[in-house]
Amino acid sequence: MLVHSRGAKWAVWAVFLLLFVPLFALPLLVVLGASFATHWSSVLPSDLTTANYRAATRGEALQALTTSLLTATGASLLALAVGTWAALAGAALKKRYRRIMDALFVLPVAVPSVVVGLSILVAFSKPPMLLNGTRWIVILAHTVLVTAFAHQSVSAAITRLDPAYEQAAASLGARPSYVLWRVRLPLLLPSLTAAAGLCFALSMGELSATMMLYPPDWTPLPLLIYGATDRGALFTGSAVAVVLMAATLLVLFAVSRVRTRASYR
Amino acid sequence: MGIRFDSVTVAYDGNVVLDSLDLTVEPGEVMALLGPSGSGKTTALRAVAGFVRPVSGRVLLGGRDVTDLPPYQRGIGMVVQQYALFPHMRVDENVAFGLKARRTAKSETRQRVAQALEMTGMAAYARRHPRELSGGQQQRVAIARALAIRPDVLLLDEPLSALDAQLRSGMLAELARLHRELPDVSMLYVTHDQVEALTLADRIAVMDKARLQACGTPKELYRSPADEFTASFVGGANLVPVTVGRAGVSFAGAELKVDTSGVLAGARATLCVRPHLVGLGEGPNRLVGTVTEIQWRGATHRLYVEVDGHSVMADLRELKDPPSLGDVVALHFASDDAVLLPAGVSHG
Repeated sequence: MLVHSRGAKWAVWAVFLLLFVPLFALPLLVVLGASFATHWSSVLPSDLTTANYRAATRGEALQALTTSLLTATGASLLALAVGTWAALAGAALKKRYRRIMDALFVLPVAVPSVVVGLSILVAFSKPPMLLNGTRWIVILAHTVLVTAFAHQSVSAAITRLDPAYEQAAASLGARPSYVLWRVRLPLLLPSLTAAAGLCFALSMGELSATMMLYPPDWTPLPLLIYGATDRGALFTGSAVAVVLMAATLLVLFAVSRVRTRASYR
Repeated sequence: MGIRFDSVTVAYDGNVVLDSLDLTVEPGEVMALLGPSGSGKTTALRAVAGFVRPVSGRVLLGGRDVTDLPPYQRGIGMVVQQYALFPHMRVDENVAFGLKARRTAKSETRQRVAQALEMTGMAAYARRHPRELSGGQQQRVAIARALAIRPDVLLLDEPLSALDAQLRSGMLAELARLHRELPDVSMLYVTHDQVEALTLADRIAVMDKARLQACGTPKELYRSPADEFTASFVGGANLVPVTVGRAGVSFAGAELKVDTSGVLAGARATLCVRPHLVGLGEGPNRLVGTVTEIQWRGATHRLYVEVDGHSVMADLRELKDPPSLGDVVALHFASDDAVLLPAGVSHG
């Protein structure tokens, strides 16, 4: 730590808690409290119940959770494959072309996601590329939105990768494809899992673009939360939100376990 | 298999880093590329490995032109300063890598991995990961990995530079032993350390400023260097500007007897004497000057004596009664310990 005196350390902690607790922790705690409530008219919620959770883990909500998990898994795997491929290809390009490609991949992040949703809806609503009304348009939209993050973090990892490894492999007689599968990708694995986790979390929470194009039989969880709070069912919505949060954190935790085993230094 | 550089020039963005190198490494020979950093020695090695592409000239391996071949088709073993062991593989997997990449039969792979690890004394560490090994052990594994594919040519790029001094001399002896056990493998050994080059190499190619300055056996380069750079880089040397006379040279008003055959009388030349061949006290070829610096190095004393504005170094066996700073002392050297070089930078 940069601060050495005891008093200064306490001051830094105080500032940190003052900023962190109201901004980051309290809202989440409020949602957690609300998810157990039937009424919340005074300081603390009253008439605690688990009925909200019963509603949030069956029927429509369970269906939406499965939908979200499948969408996020599909989108993050697709984004990881496309992003990694592009990052590997970009690393072999000249600087000028690499810049153009980087800009291309950042575009969906720079543009508001509502616009991305709308453009995908318009683009895929007519044959021969008719995806509107299917689950694939949702997965596609999520993939487009999160690929930028996969591409960016894998690109950064490739730049940090010491070329000595692939050169040693090449001098030992390994063809470029063998070097890719046996040396480069394994060495990139920690970054790949980190990128996958990030993409998954982003996709689990995506609302604005999804809203533009989801079909009735493929409703991800954030839309259910939005619908519930829109109807005024705040406490059911909170319970669903906690389920969404828990499911996302659980997957991220599992991914980080893989990452710990894959890091070598 | 020999290596031949045929006027190999390498340039990055018009910046020449290796200038038309002509050099032949005979089959089974250890050739050291010796030079300071930026001299082009590593570039020359990388041109053989295939990691840099010459803008002109050819690289030949055993008579075969490999200039246009990608690195993986050249069949070369390579060991680099930072080992570059694959951190996600165990030691035995690292050593087997080249064999697996070539689809060698499993039983043969196993046998050759064991043999390579045996040869480098790392058999007991086969199941460890590189991060669990010390620097010296990692470098042995890197050598075993390069030897497992049975290359005809082994490239070593400053292989001992990351090791501490004590380990280095041990590894130097190991490399010499490996070379005796593998007499057919040609080695190209890049180093900036003249001790490594003198110890290990059959011949040394001295490089400076992207060019080959001199090439010869360690003894030739040490006893009779051809130019000032070689003399000072290989072994260290006193270089003083002199004027050539009939039967010797004149320096600082003194007549010194040295072999002047082949040099015209009246010409300017550089006199080269190794510091450990300079003696303290009266004798033939006497130089008188003031002591400006005394370094005690355990077994030896090094004196810096200023003679007529030129600093002359003398390495003397530890003196019982060393002179003090500012003392006027006499130095001497034997006629046949001196070499005359063409006049160079020491003339200012």
